[in-house]
Amino acid sequence: MAITEINKDNYSAEVLESEKPVLVDFYADWCGPCRMIRPTLEEIAEENDKVKIVSVNIEDGEELAEKYEVSSIPCLVLFKDGKEEQRSVGLVVKEEIEKMIGGE
Amino acid sequence: MYDIIIVGAGPAGLTAAIYGQRAAKKVLVLEAKSYGGQIINTLDIENYPAEAHVSGFDFATKLYNQAKELGAEIKFEKVLEIRDFGEKKEVETGKEKYTAKTVILTTGSKNRKLGLAGEDELTGKGISYCATCDGAFYKKKKVAVVGGGNTALGDALYLADVAEKVYLIHRRDEFRGEEAVVEQLKKRENVELIYNSQVTKLVSEGKLTGLEVTDKEGKTQKIKVDGLFIAIGRIPENDAFSELIELDAAGYVVAGEDCRTNVPGIFVAGDNRAKEVRQLVTATSDGAVAATAAVKYLRMV
Repeated sequence: MAITEINKDNYSAEVLESEKPVLVDFYADWCGPCRMIRPTLEEIAEENDKVKIVSVNIEDGEELAEKYEVSSIPCLVLFKDGKEEQRSVGLVVKEEIEKMIGGE
Repeated sequence: MYDIIIVGAGPAGLTAAIYGQRAAKKVLVLEAKSYGGQIINTLDIENYPAEAHVSGFDFATKLYNQAKELGAEIKFEKVLEIRDFGEKKEVETGKEKYTAKTVILTTGSKNRKLGLAGEDELTGKGISYCATCDGAFYKKKKVAVVGGGNTALGDALYLADVAEKVYLIHRRDEFRGEEAVVEQLKKRENVELIYNSQVTKLVSEGKLTGLEVTDKEGKTQKIKVDGLFIAIGRIPENDAFSELIELDAAGYVVAGEDCRTNVPGIFVAGDNRAKEVRQLVTATSDGAVAATAAVKYLRMV
């Protein structure tokens, strides 16, 4: 499954009301580590269908970043049943992301 | 057995890989995180010869692809230990054991922390080590920068354009960084310089809300901030080889401009080497020198 870009209008439907756990990638185009993580996330999105991966550009989604107190990117937030379950900040490797989404 | 194992895929390591491959050696690069090293945090590189403007990410990606296209093998595994058996070196990662005739250490450095309680928990919740990455989150907010070098000064200047108020906290009575930047900061109405002081406590309520700052006389003041940018230097990532390789008091690998360490067949390149100038161009330069020295060594064994 590809990574869908979302915004504040469809955030509720895509993240909070999702049946599957959702990993939200808060990023910006000017953020090098965010660009570095992206291919890894795309790989995981292809390989793993237990989790949905979406992305929020913090420049368009300033309100969302504020609401979820994202103040450092790359920031990956895992939501389960509409609630924040886990969060990672900074450059992480594939194993760490897989651990995050695989952890019960 | 590899001819050269390079530990780290930053600018120094990838350049060493290019030189190693071009000398027709069998090269393995081992990287713990991602290629590029700390240059990927740089928005716009303006001082690399013949590249007037390039983003750190693009630079790193071009370098990575260049090394790959020349045939360098690059694996993402963290090196835990290196053992020296004379003409054979053993490199152990979390996954595998590899052997090589030579090793080049290009592990770079990481951010120095303040060492205060709550610092790790608040990283990403008000604490940042990268103003160009995270400055945008502090539009019209109050922030502090701690440090006295060029990074701290540059961060403060960058943040002055974004934030409502910037405190620059430095433990000495003058800055180590460029005087021209200090003068620019002094002209900014929203920048306040706090000399002879250290951050002694992080105040938080789920996220950072303020700082306790103590001056030389022991007088403490509380400052309300939404963000703290820590720019108090970097520490070399040489812990894994501290038993094997000679390090200086600050933890850098002792080696001259020839990039040779005290162990024959082990070389060092880039920011983790003891040297004066740590820049992108000196990192790539070290990579070339170390790989050439390794190739020369290979001819003798």
